[in-house]
Amino acid sequence: MSTLVALPVLLPLLAAALSLVAGPIAAVQRVLSVSVLTAIAAVAGALLVAADRGAPVVLRVGGYAPPMGITLVADRLAALLLLVSIVVMLGVLVFAIGQRASDHGPRSASVAFHPMYLVLSAGVSLAYLTGDLFNLFVAFEVMLSASYVLISRRTNAPRVRASMTYVIVSLTSSLLFLTMVAFVYAATGTVNLADLSGRIDALPEGAKAGLALLMVVVFGIKAAVVPLHFWLPDSYPTAPTPVTAVFAGLLTKVGVYAIIRTQTLLFGEHGDWAFLLAVALLTMLVGALGAIAQNDLNRMLSFLLVSHIGYMLFGLALFTVAGLTGVILYVVHHIAVQAALFLVSGLVTRHTGTASLRDMSGVARTHPRVAALFALPALSLAGLPPLSGFVAKVVLLRAGAEVATPMAYVVTAAAVLTSFLTLYAMARVWVSAFWGEPSPPVPDVDPTDEVTVGTGVTSKPMLASAGGVVVAGLAVAALAGPLSTLSERAATDLLDRGPYRAAVLEGSSG
Amino acid sequence: MTERQDWEQWDLPTEAWLRSERGSEGWPRSLQLEVTVRVLFPTVLVFSVYLLLAGHHAPGGGFSGGLVAGLAFVLRYVAGGSVELASAARIKPPAVIGAGLSVAVLTALVPVAFGHPVLASTHWEWHVAGFGDVKLATNLFFDIGVYLLIVGLVLDLLRSLGAGIETRDLEREQERERRRAEEERR
Repeated sequence: MSTLVALPVLLPLLAAALSLVAGPIAAVQRVLSVSVLTAIAAVAGALLVAADRGAPVVLRVGGYAPPMGITLVADRLAALLLLVSIVVMLGVLVFAIGQRASDHGPRSASVAFHPMYLVLSAGVSLAYLTGDLFNLFVAFEVMLSASYVLISRRTNAPRVRASMTYVIVSLTSSLLFLTMVAFVYAATGTVNLADLSGRIDALPEGAKAGLALLMVVVFGIKAAVVPLHFWLPDSYPTAPTPVTAVFAGLLTKVGVYAIIRTQTLLFGEHGDWAFLLAVALLTMLVGALGAIAQNDLNRMLSFLLVSHIGYMLFGLALFTVAGLTGVILYVVHHIAVQAALFLVSGLVTRHTGTASLRDMSGVARTHPRVAALFALPALSLAGLPPLSGFVAKVVLLRAGAEVATPMAYVVTAAAVLTSFLTLYAMARVWVSAFWGEPSPPVPDVDPTDEVTVGTGVTSKPMLASAGGVVVAGLAVAALAGPLSTLSERAATDLLDRGPYRAAVLEGSSG
Repeated sequence: MTERQDWEQWDLPTEAWLRSERGSEGWPRSLQLEVTVRVLFPTVLVFSVYLLLAGHHAPGGGFSGGLVAGLAFVLRYVAGGSVELASAARIKPPAVIGAGLSVAVLTALVPVAFGHPVLASTHWEWHVAGFGDVKLATNLFFDIGVYLLIVGLVLDLLRSLGAGIETRDLEREQERERRRAEEERR
């Protein structure tokens, strides 16, 4: 059983290696990537069932006991997020294959895409599963170095500029991360998360607060928390559609996951945290207001992404079981919905030839299926019942009201306001892009880049995979009952910390 | 080919040890540098393998061994440009990276087949008469994977980043020659 925990990391790496050797043969690369991601999704499902039935599944790498050895841990939260992430990655992969095939012919191969995509999935899996702070750093680096390649492939001048911003910001965050690991090790003498959770309690208050804050900053850069969000709307929208979708859906959520894991496991219950509540408030409002000001569809979606990170911080900052249940539901919902929105936005820009809202019109009449695919996740993001966004938001708002401090009330009200602003932004997109008389597609400004291919045909795999990711979002709403009880159990584990520590440290001297 | 010719020619070199004529790439060549590099190249590679093998207990290992081997190829590149590099490394860099990564990952997975956790390692010791004690740790295979990965990475860097610089130099030189020819015509 415990070997299963290593497979989501090792299988994609092995497949990436074979994919590099298979190089120019497109069919081999495609079959390999799709089958490996499917296999990992199955593994993640098995891990989730196992972790939910009993204790977290723990693997001691190389047989070395913690705190010296590296451990991989799949508890309810990690397994659930892993499952959702891999399913969305699979959908985006099919979209990417479809796009490649319809743009460059079915036999064409891009040597770097498949290996790098697989390495990215290995990094994401490792980030969820690792039980070790330094190994988390390694996971981030694996993930980031693959993302550097993906974001800067086939560049033109504006995209080089955008990917430079991304690389420099990510490197800064990595540098701070490494510094943070050094501080933690200097203060406690261990980097094993389960072992740390006991030792950090013994530190003086000032040191504890400093470390907690440093961790929020480090992971906050990755999660695009205001005021550390400025890089995201500049870099994500410039990448090719599948890359943007997977970055927006997953990479920021991995940052949020790291914040959740470290703040709950290492620092324990410290009541509602006014600082994080304030950051959540700022993130929600700045993101939503920024989104309204945008004319570019992809930039608007990026600002909305920032804004909705605020919801996740809000739930975490409450530090109650109800709040964390809301966060987990929200992350699951948001991974699927945000990826779906970017995929559909890619479909829209293929037909209109532009991402500018002023220049596009009448897509609903010419492409009703694309319009339907956009409407569902858009309404879900705004939180209209009975979609998944509604379910997650209700749990969060109720948790905010239960805490009943003035600050919690203020942020709860801001969350409602943000929801309306999101709805307004989505309505604006609908009115200007989907309604009205169909306008002729704008000719592609730069045919060499992969970003907007005006009048581009949409192949069936692309529509089907975008539809698949949209359905995954709907499934979150359909399964809201079992999912929220599962999230509640996961949230209880997070605040209790006992099961995680017991599972990791059991039978070792640490 | 007759049998007699086979007998006479089997040990003839299949390729030139040093490129003799000036190639079309217009790279300013230095004979001293090229000969020195050509002599040093095998030595540096052997040293990199020593580092790879010594790595378990002494300074070294797959990473530093791979870097040293990569530096050997960098030397060939500095001396003779991408033509020289292509004659030094015949395999495509992505294949080398892929091979290294798969060796490393398989090393991580093999212990599972014997009922041990992922990445577990073991070692064997033999006494070889007249040679001494030989110790083989399974970590060596992981290190070999890392070694190949790093060598492939350095080659890929030279190919993707280096080639660009070289073409730019080439274009600049061609531009200069074109101008010179124009001035002479005037």
